[in-house]
Amino acid sequence: MDGSSLIDSIGLFLGMSGDKMQLSTMLDLLGSGLLLTGQIFIVTLIGALPLGVLIALGRMSRFKPLAWLMRVYISFMRGTPLMLQLMALMFGPYYLFGMQMGTDWKYWACDIGFILNYAAYFAEIYRSGIQSIPRGQYEAAEVLGYSRGQTFMRIVLPQVIKRILPAMGNEVITLVKDTSLAFVLGVMEMFSQAKAIAASQVSMLPYIIAALIYWGFTIVVEFLLNRVEKKLDYYHD
Amino acid sequence: MTDANPLVSLRHARKSFGQTEVLKDISLTVQPGEVLAIIGPSGGGKSTLLRCCTLLETLDGGSLAFADCPVCTDDGSGSVYGSKADLVRARRHFGLVFQNFNLFPHYTVLRNLIDAPITVQKMPREQAEAKAVALLDKMGLAGRESMVPCELSGGQQQRVAIARALMLDPDVLFFDEPTSALDPELTKGVLKVIRDLAEESMTMVIVTHEMRFARDVADHVIFMDGGVIVEEGPAAAVIDDPQHDRTRAFLRGDDA
Repeated sequence: MDGSSLIDSIGLFLGMSGDKMQLSTMLDLLGSGLLLTGQIFIVTLIGALPLGVLIALGRMSRFKPLAWLMRVYISFMRGTPLMLQLMALMFGPYYLFGMQMGTDWKYWACDIGFILNYAAYFAEIYRSGIQSIPRGQYEAAEVLGYSRGQTFMRIVLPQVIKRILPAMGNEVITLVKDTSLAFVLGVMEMFSQAKAIAASQVSMLPYIIAALIYWGFTIVVEFLLNRVEKKLDYYHD
Repeated sequence: MTDANPLVSLRHARKSFGQTEVLKDISLTVQPGEVLAIIGPSGGGKSTLLRCCTLLETLDGGSLAFADCPVCTDDGSGSVYGSKADLVRARRHFGLVFQNFNLFPHYTVLRNLIDAPITVQKMPREQAEAKAVALLDKMGLAGRESMVPCELSGGQQQRVAIARALMLDPDVLFFDEPTSALDPELTKGVLKVIRDLAEESMTMVIVTHEMRFARDVADHVIFMDGGVIVEEGPAAAVIDDPQHDRTRAFLRGDDA
């Protein structure tokens, strides 16, 4: 008995038979959705983690117009629904400028939307971390001749990362589940797949499986975050 | 000693925070090999003076120079600071040891010492490491290279901080109450290190509350209160036989 026929017997046991979709097909579809979910997740982190640092620095800039602009940006990104932001990116180019975007645009709109939104949340977490670093660290670096850039990259940021890890973990885990918002763009990530299967099969099962997979995903993320936290446990201040 | 070629010369320094005048026309010079102790009550302007000398604060008025390297000049209308490059050059002349050490907690002891020389001064790594190991040995910290600051006592951390400052071969080393965060037992080790440096003719400016130490180690003592130098002179003279009532009261401990 190979893997998929074993899964199908479980499917039969759960009352899925005849012309209904086989459980292995369902898992295949959800699996392809999970791939997209994972992709959105990774791309968002790669984009938003560094962008958040820049926004935080802009927000704390002594150049007031920049600080204000970043303040407004953060407020808007956190103050409007991500789903709405995704739709604005998806349809804005056409309705505002009459631009015909290709069929791939939805993936771009999705990634850009997630990055811009999450960077705003990350920025505030970075800011809390940066502001918690004692002034003496900056002064010691200044007297030793470090430039401002060197001070930030070598002295401040590594300490900030350790301090903000728990708060970041919260956001990163929220992101795992927020990827499901991509369904409004017709990006067939896992939630969209589950929704489609559920509609065609008149079954709750795909939702239940999707929920378990999301949970498994977050457990992996929790595990990885824990590893990083342990790794940074070699010092305290 | 003459005033011919001072390592530090501060002239008519003025500094205010808002309405509060913290430094009122302070002048001082430090000659090569001299140890200067600055004593006085809290809030008297000692720390501000030190922070202005180490470019952590800017003067409102007056001039400052390290040897022939000017930091700021004053033509009567207030302090005018040099270019960024001038200040970078000026910073090479001095080191600073903080009251709270301010070691980099995420770096090992060795990395605390060698990171600035390697990244800022482009010193070759082998040379920096050899120098760091020798300095740590001198500070009585041999074998602690791979520890992180939180694994050390306060006294050990302060000695690491002194070694870190010495890595860059400063002409003059400033100390801002180096033992105020330490208990008496740990204070001894730090003071011994400073004493050893004095014997090697290291030029030092030390803000301290350790009167006996100031008398033994310093050549020159300045007593500051209310933003002015109330009294100054040879260490033994100022501490054993103060001329001003204010200095006497302070040294008796009337206002401790």
